[in-house]
Amino acid sequence: MDFTLTEEQSQIREMVRSLARKEFAPGAAEVDESARFPEENIRKLAELGLMGMLFPAEYGGSETGAVAYSLALSEIASGCASTAVILAVSSMVGETIWRFGNEEQRNRYLPALASATDGIGAFALTEPEAGSDAQAISTTAVRDGDSFVLNGNKVFITNGDRAAVTIVMAVTGKGDRKEISAFLVEGGAKGLTVGKPERKMGLKGSATVSLALEDCRVPDKAMLGSPGEGFRIAMSALDGGRIGIAAQAVGIARAALDSAAAYAKERKQFGQPISEFQAIQFMLADSATEVDASWLLICRAAYRKERGQPFGREASMAKVFATEAGNRACHKAVQILGGYGYIRDYPLERHLRDIKVATIYEGTSEIQRIVVARDLLGRHGA
Amino acid sequence: MVFDLTEEQQMIQDMARTFAQKEVLPKAAELDETGRYPEELVRQMAELGLMGVAVPEEYGGAGMDNICYAIAMEEISRACASTGVILSVNNSLACDPILRFGTEEQKEKYLTPLASGKKLGCFGLTEPGAGSDAGSQKTTAVRNGEHYVVNGTKNFITNAPQADSCVLFAMTDREKKHKGITAFILDMKYEGVTVGKNEKKMGINASATASIILEDVKIPVENRLGQDGDGFKVAMHTLDGGRIGIAAQAVGIARASLEDALAYAKERKQFGQPIANFQAIQWMLADMATEIEAARMLIYRAAWLKDRKARHSKESSMAKLYASETAMRAGVKGIQIHGGYGYIKEYPAERHFRDAKITEIYEGTSEVQRMVIASALLKD
Repeated sequence: MDFTLTEEQSQIREMVRSLARKEFAPGAAEVDESARFPEENIRKLAELGLMGMLFPAEYGGSETGAVAYSLALSEIASGCASTAVILAVSSMVGETIWRFGNEEQRNRYLPALASATDGIGAFALTEPEAGSDAQAISTTAVRDGDSFVLNGNKVFITNGDRAAVTIVMAVTGKGDRKEISAFLVEGGAKGLTVGKPERKMGLKGSATVSLALEDCRVPDKAMLGSPGEGFRIAMSALDGGRIGIAAQAVGIARAALDSAAAYAKERKQFGQPISEFQAIQFMLADSATEVDASWLLICRAAYRKERGQPFGREASMAKVFATEAGNRACHKAVQILGGYGYIRDYPLERHLRDIKVATIYEGTSEIQRIVVARDLLGRHGA
Repeated sequence: MVFDLTEEQQMIQDMARTFAQKEVLPKAAELDETGRYPEELVRQMAELGLMGVAVPEEYGGAGMDNICYAIAMEEISRACASTGVILSVNNSLACDPILRFGTEEQKEKYLTPLASGKKLGCFGLTEPGAGSDAGSQKTTAVRNGEHYVVNGTKNFITNAPQADSCVLFAMTDREKKHKGITAFILDMKYEGVTVGKNEKKMGINASATASIILEDVKIPVENRLGQDGDGFKVAMHTLDGGRIGIAAQAVGIARASLEDALAYAKERKQFGQPIANFQAIQWMLADMATEIEAARMLIYRAAWLKDRKARHSKESSMAKLYASETAMRAGVKGIQIHGGYGYIKEYPAERHFRDAKITEIYEGTSEVQRMVIASALLKD
């Protein structure tokens, strides 16, 4: 056991913290208000090599490892949660292409994702009838000569409107066992229609769109991994993705906690700063404790991932714990600010709106508990 | 960051787990039922080096780190929380302050026998009127030549009836309030020391809790721990470490609730299938496991900071607060999963619940932990 950050991890944290505070946080309210894609933030992140943290330098990445990635994501989320999820999804896509793609696919997409010049990465698994039950997808990919023809509808796709490449999960066979495969579909592909962005409660700077695939033809070399490997690829991507979402939640929660603590020291009622009241102190203490515990669960999962140890259970624990604790912390922070917490001049209501989705996307809390319970009961139990 | 246990940490985990499962667990129900002090287990733990895990070998300890100590505490408490607290008090509250604040002579005379387990220690801070407000000590120590004459009453003292020595706190200068408190090493054989009768408790029944009455007890100046007025500092530093031990005890108890409930849920059939198949049960188990692992991370972090001699008050309080409340929630869920059987003494679930409750109270209530954490936060 050693809780010291490496030099590189510390440097990345400091760099990203300063970037997020100076450049992302000041614009976050406007990004939220106007539901505008924070182009300038993504460009900045790409310049600093932070859009390719999970794949190697030979493909344009910076391969900093999962712990440094979590640190960076958490700091970014403290400044602007929308920016964080854009990066998280694109990073997950990059890592998945690196892990499961062939050389041609890696060379074609990874440098582009790292530079974010021609768009970013998106991940299309969810469908109207396949949310938590991801295996129930009905999008099909039918081989036709040396290509596949994709048909179906994907929904709630983060980054889907400006994706250079989208990993699309589709059914390629319906024998004894449904066969799902993964495909790399490029932005602007013929037969791919991007729906209009959903209007959301929070994370408004990140676009969430539906994708319609109508006779969308892709060459057979667009398949990622082997035929039938899609579900495994999706689950593996999500194991890593969950660490990212947990880190995002911790970042938002920390921002809320810091604001609430600062406010409590300033705000006077009954003749003294409200931070003198135990009711306020105890809310802060509980939030800080749970946020620290979240952070340690995240680092443990990230560490195991970096070392090639199994980490699915740990990632699910980190995600369910961090996102639920983060929601509680944001809720308390709004409460500490009282009426001001509810007003848009302060960032607290945005933090609460932004963090809500963390218990939902990349596997709801309920799915995380299933993962943990299955592990407890033995892989084949329950 | 490294989240793997070191070889030594792995070793003590294996050793403590094997010992706890083989020797301690079979006796836990009987110890709870009778309230008997587990003398033979304490002796065995001494042989295994567990009475002074983080004390250097030159003073009779095992010379390991504080994560090793937390690991040992968790494993022993998984089997029997009473045995766990006996261990914790000796390690954290008796050995640690003497190691940190004691003179070489005090270490040789008192620490070595405590750490090697030849003697047992206790910690006399709490008084009838000084619980969370530990600074409001009524016990007095008046200097008289080469002695202090001590008068007062300590209560809720774990290990008091069995203890050979006590790290004792008394007021030497009432004017200075908590800065007028001084710490001493009290030999329990000194004239004027009386141990009251054992309290009857809700749980941790095999660990004795009693008052210590001090009537004109003469403590030699050489037994003063630190200087006059250092007592409050000694107490707070000691509790920073003690809270790591109690947090680890809580995680051990929580694990007992989880592991017993898990086994039961797989066996118990209702509606034609094991109740483990129901999501309502799975959710409870998943939450217990997640919270236990989060608590353990907080504990290891605090212990790691202590090993590095870094400040760890806030982190110890976070670990203690979170772990103890986790143990209580796990205790409630553990009983619930067992249904009616959870309420019956043939199953250990109700014992875990009763044992867990104290971890939210002693060595600083949850409320005191939140005060410590909040004051650290608001200072930043």
